[in-house]
Amino acid sequence: MSEPVVETRDLSMRFGGVLAVNNVSFTLRERELRCLIGPNGAGKSTLFKCLTGQHQISHANGRVYIRGQDVTGWRPCEIVRLGVGIKTQVPAVMNGLTVWENIWLAARRTHGPDGTRGEVERVVDELQLADIVRREVGELGHGQRQIVELGLVLAQRPWLVLLDEPAAGITGAETERLIELIQQVNQTAAVVVVDHDMHFVRMLGGQVTVLHQGSILMEGGTEQVLSDARVREVYIGNRTQ
Amino acid sequence: MSTEFPSAGRTRWGWVIFVALLLLLLPLVSETSTPTLLAIWALFALSLGLMWGYAGILSFGHAAYFGLGAYTYAITAMNTGESTAAWMLAILVPALVAAIMGAMMFYGRISDVYMGVITLVFALILFKFMGATAGDAYRIGSARLGGFNGIPAFPILNVPGDPSVQIYGKALYYVVATCALGCYLLARWVLSSAFGRILIGIRENEARMELLGYDAPAYKTAIFTLSAAMAGLAGCLFATWAEIVTPALFGLRQSVEVIIWVIAGGLGTLAGPVLGAMALGMLKLLLGEQTLIDNSLVLGVILVLVVLLLPRGLVPTLVAWRERRSRAVAGRSASGGSRRRRGAASADKP
Repeated sequence: MSEPVVETRDLSMRFGGVLAVNNVSFTLRERELRCLIGPNGAGKSTLFKCLTGQHQISHANGRVYIRGQDVTGWRPCEIVRLGVGIKTQVPAVMNGLTVWENIWLAARRTHGPDGTRGEVERVVDELQLADIVRREVGELGHGQRQIVELGLVLAQRPWLVLLDEPAAGITGAETERLIELIQQVNQTAAVVVVDHDMHFVRMLGGQVTVLHQGSILMEGGTEQVLSDARVREVYIGNRTQ
Repeated sequence: MSTEFPSAGRTRWGWVIFVALLLLLLPLVSETSTPTLLAIWALFALSLGLMWGYAGILSFGHAAYFGLGAYTYAITAMNTGESTAAWMLAILVPALVAAIMGAMMFYGRISDVYMGVITLVFALILFKFMGATAGDAYRIGSARLGGFNGIPAFPILNVPGDPSVQIYGKALYYVVATCALGCYLLARWVLSSAFGRILIGIRENEARMELLGYDAPAYKTAIFTLSAAMAGLAGCLFATWAEIVTPALFGLRQSVEVIIWVIAGGLGTLAGPVLGAMALGMLKLLLGEQTLIDNSLVLGVILVLVVLLLPRGLVPTLVAWRERRSRAVAGRSASGGSRRRRGAASADKP
């Protein structure tokens, strides 16, 4: 079995009286594609933010390891520099800058002065952004901004990709393209996708972890999880029929 | 490079050469004292405009660094008897203070509003402190701080290493003009570098830049330091122009004025703060010659009018107007061309 890329040990996160993440021990292996699903309030985004450093945690909250390195309490920029690409739930892009400038900023840190331009061209080509490359991102629709943000992740050539609701607000055709892209990224990187859209998760495939009330309810393949009575009860209900 | 990252702007060398020639020839047709002061204010405004317009950091107490530069110069010059170490320290001391303050604020995740309050309070503390240094006990070496009377009669700029050759009048004007133009070019170079582009990214979305692996507080501290160094240089030049430094240099008025200059000239440009400082500074000097209307009242009215009528400031509004006009001209010539082609095509028909 390959070395864990991400590992959490007894991770907990409390907001006042609410235990958003409760003793979660989660492991992701090299080049694995894992979907984190669960109903609203299950703790998916909180767990995501603990992994990315967006929530400040300490050893009292448990431990987070990335490729064996204890990154508990690290800042997001320190975690990203390990080779982690992060896409947040709401498109986090530089709205006042053009698509090119956004991707340039993403590529510059990892590719240096000589390799940046080529990398931006590659990402623009791969995501078919040539028509909008000189437009300000703030002028674009939500779906296009989602794709641009994915471009920011790809331009860093990460070996671990963490995506929070990448399909939110994008159209059917764009979703199919997005799935292709995620699967392509998964050829070289381990991928965690947080989503609650079961249709999207089913199309994506891979392993699924179901969160419920901050804890892991079950883990397994997509079909196994979808057919589980407990999962249907807490989350999916009749929508699987 | 500029087309690759248009948000960073570009150096318009034609304008730079034109302004350099203008600065060079100005003493032939004008006295130099007022242009020297205006160039010092322009440099001060440039320092804030660079930090605020491109990194999104607003300091409500930028006068602190201007005043620190001026006082450091005066105190060092009095102690050393010449200006070589004094002007160097006048840049370094404000930069060092800003580096410490910036690191504390930015790594401490102080939000914009609190940062504004801290910078303002810092300037006001210096203002109050310097005002309370009238006693004999308040002396650094041979320099008495002098309370509200400030420090007069310190050595003015001299040729480095030769205190006997002093720089004043026209020579001081050329030194100040060179410093202002040099700092403008330095700012342009910073913006065209990867560092400048990353700052623009941080201004747009700091959280995203952190998620791209950039240490945003480090970048913000760096530009805060550079901006304070420029403000310190402006303060040093002001001290040698005025030949006296007083606590008013740290005052609220000084901090507010520079903010108004930057807003009126145009935030997010380098030429805007420079032009804003020179235009409003000139107006301030002209108004200072009369006693009918209070200066501050006029500046306040100008700020309100600019915010209402030119919310983006003078330079961005002019640039936008020129672009619209160019597009309209291009559109007219294109439609004229197509009409001519249609006319020619119909004339060709049998």
